[in-house]
Amino acid sequence: MTGVPLSWYLTLSAVLFALGVAGFLLRRNVITVFMSIELMLNAVNLSFITFSYQWKQVNGHIFSFFVMVVAAAEAAVGLAIILTVFKNRATLNIDDVSSMKD
Amino acid sequence: MQLWLIPVFPLVGFLLNGIFGRRLSKAAVNAIAIGSVVLSFAWVLKTLAGLGDLNAAHTEQYFTWIQSGTLNIGFDFTVDRLTAIMLLVVTGVGSLIHIYSIGYMAHEGGYYRFFAYLNLFMFFMLTLVLAANYLVMFVGWEGVGLCSYLLIGFYFDKKFATNAGNKAFIVNRIGDFGFSLAMFLIVVHFGSLDFGAVFSSVGGQSEATLTAIAFLLLVGACGKSAQIPLYVWLPDAMAGPTPVSALIHAATMVTAGVYMVARSAAIYTHAPAAMEAVAIIGLATAFFAATIGLAQNDIKKVFAYSTVSQLGYMFLGAGVGAFSAGVYHLVTHAFFKALLFLGAGSVIHALGGEQDVRNMGGLRKKIPWTFWTMVCAAVAIAGVPPFAGFYSKDAILMAADNHAHWMYWVGVITAGMTAFYVFRAIFLAFFGEYRGKAHPHESPWVMIGPLVVLAALSLAGGKLFNIPEFLAPMFGPPKETNNFGPMIISVAFGLGGIALAALFYLFKPGLPDQIAATFSGLYKLIYNKYFVDEIYDAAVVTPVVAGSREVLWKVVDVAVIDGAVNGAGSRARGIGGVLKRLQSGNIRSYAAWVLLGSVLLLFVMGVMGGLR
Repeated sequence: MTGVPLSWYLTLSAVLFALGVAGFLLRRNVITVFMSIELMLNAVNLSFITFSYQWKQVNGHIFSFFVMVVAAAEAAVGLAIILTVFKNRATLNIDDVSSMKD
Repeated sequence: MQLWLIPVFPLVGFLLNGIFGRRLSKAAVNAIAIGSVVLSFAWVLKTLAGLGDLNAAHTEQYFTWIQSGTLNIGFDFTVDRLTAIMLLVVTGVGSLIHIYSIGYMAHEGGYYRFFAYLNLFMFFMLTLVLAANYLVMFVGWEGVGLCSYLLIGFYFDKKFATNAGNKAFIVNRIGDFGFSLAMFLIVVHFGSLDFGAVFSSVGGQSEATLTAIAFLLLVGACGKSAQIPLYVWLPDAMAGPTPVSALIHAATMVTAGVYMVARSAAIYTHAPAAMEAVAIIGLATAFFAATIGLAQNDIKKVFAYSTVSQLGYMFLGAGVGAFSAGVYHLVTHAFFKALLFLGAGSVIHALGGEQDVRNMGGLRKKIPWTFWTMVCAAVAIAGVPPFAGFYSKDAILMAADNHAHWMYWVGVITAGMTAFYVFRAIFLAFFGEYRGKAHPHESPWVMIGPLVVLAALSLAGGKLFNIPEFLAPMFGPPKETNNFGPMIISVAFGLGGIALAALFYLFKPGLPDQIAATFSGLYKLIYNKYFVDEIYDAAVVTPVVAGSREVLWKVVDVAVIDGAVNGAGSRARGIGGVLKRLQSGNIRSYAAWVLLGSVLLLFVMGVMGGLR
């Protein structure tokens, strides 16, 4: 492997994942939280692909396809929920939709 | 020979009356209760007739009760000459008292309950005397204690009766504690509880061991037979119905201690210190109980202290080595003391419940049968020759004289006091003017009959049954004593006591009050029974109650036990209160915990050197 060393990909993946985590924990907007989750998933995908390339094996690719499929399904369901919540509550702040907890 | 049938008859009677008695007529209850005891008596007679001279013990083994290692305890019964005497006394006198009870209890509530308890008592008492080892004996021993408790508290709606029952039960617990310890020591040193096995290997044990065992057995005997310092329950036990006082607290149960000491004679003869203790305790009890009896006004209390005193005589006899004389006195005492109690019961019955001799008087003409039978008992207990008490008391006093002269003299003085207080009760109750309000009536024949039989036995029983000779194969022949002098002295003291009682209560009725006034301190001391109950109350009962209340209740129970339980509960709640904050329901806080956890995990793995 020439050019970009492996550690750079992994560092990028870690940075993206950390950003996702930070967004998930700190932001209140549901859509931002949702995007943070997608960011984390894709950060993980990146590291899967990296290792797959490293070991010259196809497992990592297959795994990342699975993750993409699940993420797509999740996006469909999640966005539908968000739309419904917004229609009913007229808010996107996740702290305001905690009535199930009480 | 089917020895087991002897106690089983009354047991069946107890079960029938106890379970179905409420629905049965009085006649049926009577038939079951008296029938079972009389059958038992008949079976005793048949068995003894079949066993011949009884020079060797006849033992029957029924089943192995406890087997543990080398220890093997069977449920065995045995009959030898000593058991034969006890069986005859228990079932014979027991039958008479059962018959008497028909009349005495006729108007009382709980009729069937009374006879059920009485039959249960007979069962346990017969188990006690038939036992072939200490443990079976202990079963009977505890059982008679239970029945004693139940029957003392028979009038359970009266506070003093239930208190007296509790007192008897608790004081007996002290004695039973000694008996249990003695059994443990016997198991440790002999490896068996069988009378035969233990007594045949007594020679191989050290004197210290045997003395310890003998002392502990003596503690048990003191509790059951009401000796100093555990005699306090017996006078209170008079709260029970009078036939109970006669059967349990005069004739049979209280003599169990004497029987046990006589049964353990092999141990005692190898433990001279314990023998001396038996003699001294017996003598002290005889003397002090007699002095208390001098000033009691309740007719049953007089006879109760008399019983304590006479039991002391039996212990004295056993303690000076004359076991057969002790058993002799046990038998004659069963006759005349049962008669005295039954006579007292007849008087109480005639007067509708009056027990105070100061409210009696002049009953001689009104209830002549009771009067004459009680006089028979009184001359017997006073040791007037040739009646029953004379022979047995003389045998004990002669043995005491051989042992130590001072014991003889204390015994003789006690004999004088015995004659005095018994005749005091007789003179106060039957002579002079009638001082009560009730209308006395003679008791029914079902009560008079047993009195007459017992009167005949009290008069002739001593001459008729030469028990020392009968027991000679077991305890050795009685020492031949031809010292006529001591015998004359003891008889003179007895007659002197009677004469003094006659002087005080027949000819000069003002004299006792004058004497009581002159020696008022001494009189008060005796009248209040030396304040022993008060001393025990202050020294034992109050500290125990206070300790239970202040320490066991308020500290141990409330602080320690409740504290531990409540503390465990509130700790759990406190920890739960902290832990429940984790379960917030907030997704982001969960995520933060997950993050924290995974970071920590990664960190630890990094420190440990990574995954390999």
